[in-house]
Amino acid sequence: MTLTALTPDRSGTAPRRTRRGGRPARVGARAESWAGLVLASPALVVFVIFMFVPLVLTFWYSLHSYRGFGSMKWIGFTNFTDIAKDPTFWSALLNTVLFTAVSVPIGVVLGLGAAVLLDKIMPARGLYRALFYVPVVISGVAAGIIFLRLFDPLLGILNQLLVALHLPEVDWQGNGSAALVSIIVVTTWQGVGFGMVVYLAGLQGIPRELLEAASVDGATGWVQFRRITWPLLRPTTFFFVVYSIIVSFQVFDVVYVLTRGGPGTSTTFLVQYAYDQGFNQRRQGYAAAIGVIIYLIVLIFTVAQWRLTRERDET
Amino acid sequence: MSVALTTVVGELPPDEVAETSGPRQPRRVLVTRVIVATVLVVLFMFPIYWMLRTAVSTTDEMSNLPVPLWPQEWHWENFTQPWQDYPFARWLTNSVVIATASVILTVAINLGAGYAFAKLRFPFRNLLFLLIISTLMVPVQVIMIPQFQIVIDLHMLNTPWAVVIPRLAEAFGLFMARQFFLGVPDELLEAARVDGAGHFRTFWSIVLPLSRPLIAALVIFTFMWRWNEFVWPLIVLTDSDSYTLPVGLQFLVQQFGSNFGPLLAMSFVSMIPMLLVFGVFQRYFVEGIARTGIK
Repeated sequence: MTLTALTPDRSGTAPRRTRRGGRPARVGARAESWAGLVLASPALVVFVIFMFVPLVLTFWYSLHSYRGFGSMKWIGFTNFTDIAKDPTFWSALLNTVLFTAVSVPIGVVLGLGAAVLLDKIMPARGLYRALFYVPVVISGVAAGIIFLRLFDPLLGILNQLLVALHLPEVDWQGNGSAALVSIIVVTTWQGVGFGMVVYLAGLQGIPRELLEAASVDGATGWVQFRRITWPLLRPTTFFFVVYSIIVSFQVFDVVYVLTRGGPGTSTTFLVQYAYDQGFNQRRQGYAAAIGVIIYLIVLIFTVAQWRLTRERDET
Repeated sequence: MSVALTTVVGELPPDEVAETSGPRQPRRVLVTRVIVATVLVVLFMFPIYWMLRTAVSTTDEMSNLPVPLWPQEWHWENFTQPWQDYPFARWLTNSVVIATASVILTVAINLGAGYAFAKLRFPFRNLLFLLIISTLMVPVQVIMIPQFQIVIDLHMLNTPWAVVIPRLAEAFGLFMARQFFLGVPDELLEAARVDGAGHFRTFWSIVLPLSRPLIAALVIFTFMWRWNEFVWPLIVLTDSDSYTLPVGLQFLVQQFGSNFGPLLAMSFVSMIPMLLVFGVFQRYFVEGIARTGIK
């Protein structure tokens, strides 16, 4: 399994019939260029205006003081040195890393667990798979509202359950760690279905004969899993982990509905902080600088993925 | 619907129904799996059930602890009242307009560009593709500040276009289309050309009719993303009449506080179109992922 998205595909070009022996002008090459440019141009136009220009401008804005109106003032790297001294930024970064470090492994375990559970033939297997996938297609806002109700300190069923079990009630909104846990619960609930599908595809790639041979040799289910399935799923896991890390650096909707980043800043992640600075505090240059940092972090993981998939493809 | 669902998902990777990975399982293992899966699915679906349970109840009933698991009385006014008190119909219309326009434009743009990048040689093709693909994982928060300015400069603020147009620059659909067209045999295109068809003619009459699975996947994913999208609409739709459903729901959270009945009823209403699309096109959700992200 490869994240082909990130691998520039050379085999994809039409057969290189034109390049053989120098560069003869191929018959119709001009018509082909023309057709290609015409068909690609709408995409190129929107990408230039709404992706490449904003990306460059983000770097440009990050070197300015700008309040969203009036004039921009060049301040060099002041935004970045301010960020380095900004305790809220560091707590947002720490929260993001903590959230990622906890939710990604849980996502792997549950996604893989669901896939292994629902891989082989069983009655109503398709229905079970579909139900696990339902939360994936729900909007983050709706999911947030659903769990707002479950986690409600007074009326929520979770605290009622805790009371019934003679356990102390939890203040899901007033306690920072509890609020972070509540967000992890919701994002995990929304993510298991995707992990399951990814791992189901990965399990398809494991040769049946290998498992049969192991079974004949008397290996139990657990040993088969430890020695064969898990090692062979390494590419799948690698793809899924990197993908999950990138996604968990972007969690916004659920937080916005469930905790608003609070209490205090205990569930404020980098993307919330950027949004807050840009659109509530109107410090758009500062927000752009946070955007640059988010971009660089995501870039590191994207490049890591790209390089590793390429290395594997070449060997 | 559940029967249809079962057969459709059961087909998921097409070769899988006949072929299961691994040796035959003893009966005891099968029974354990069914039990574990059932328990997990019940747990997993409980939040959805509790949403519906709350949506048909009054706040009084839900405040009398402990709350019975099954509704004692059915109150449907939660589903009707908010339509009168809030511009919910307006939000629904906005969501439908945005999702529809996005789907049409995304499909059109990505079919053309995907084909060009897969099968036609033009200057800087590989460089351009690499640049576009490198934006696949860029979070909207990275570019939102300048993008917001651009939307203002183009006088699109508070219009559906403010959501539709900027989000056309999404690499995923283009990537998916290109991957699909790479699988179309060159011989087929050559044959069309030998018969005298130009590039556009070949694209229109030979390639497009083959592209139905691609179009289906593009339609479904674009619909899902635009229907559920939150942060970008939150930024560019500031006037309450221009809200989409997620932005409107978030507004209702503040309005209703812990009056959960109408809030959850409206959340469910907002999910219905998406759940219908999922129920019908199931297979493509799963195949779309299997085809693109992972190989």
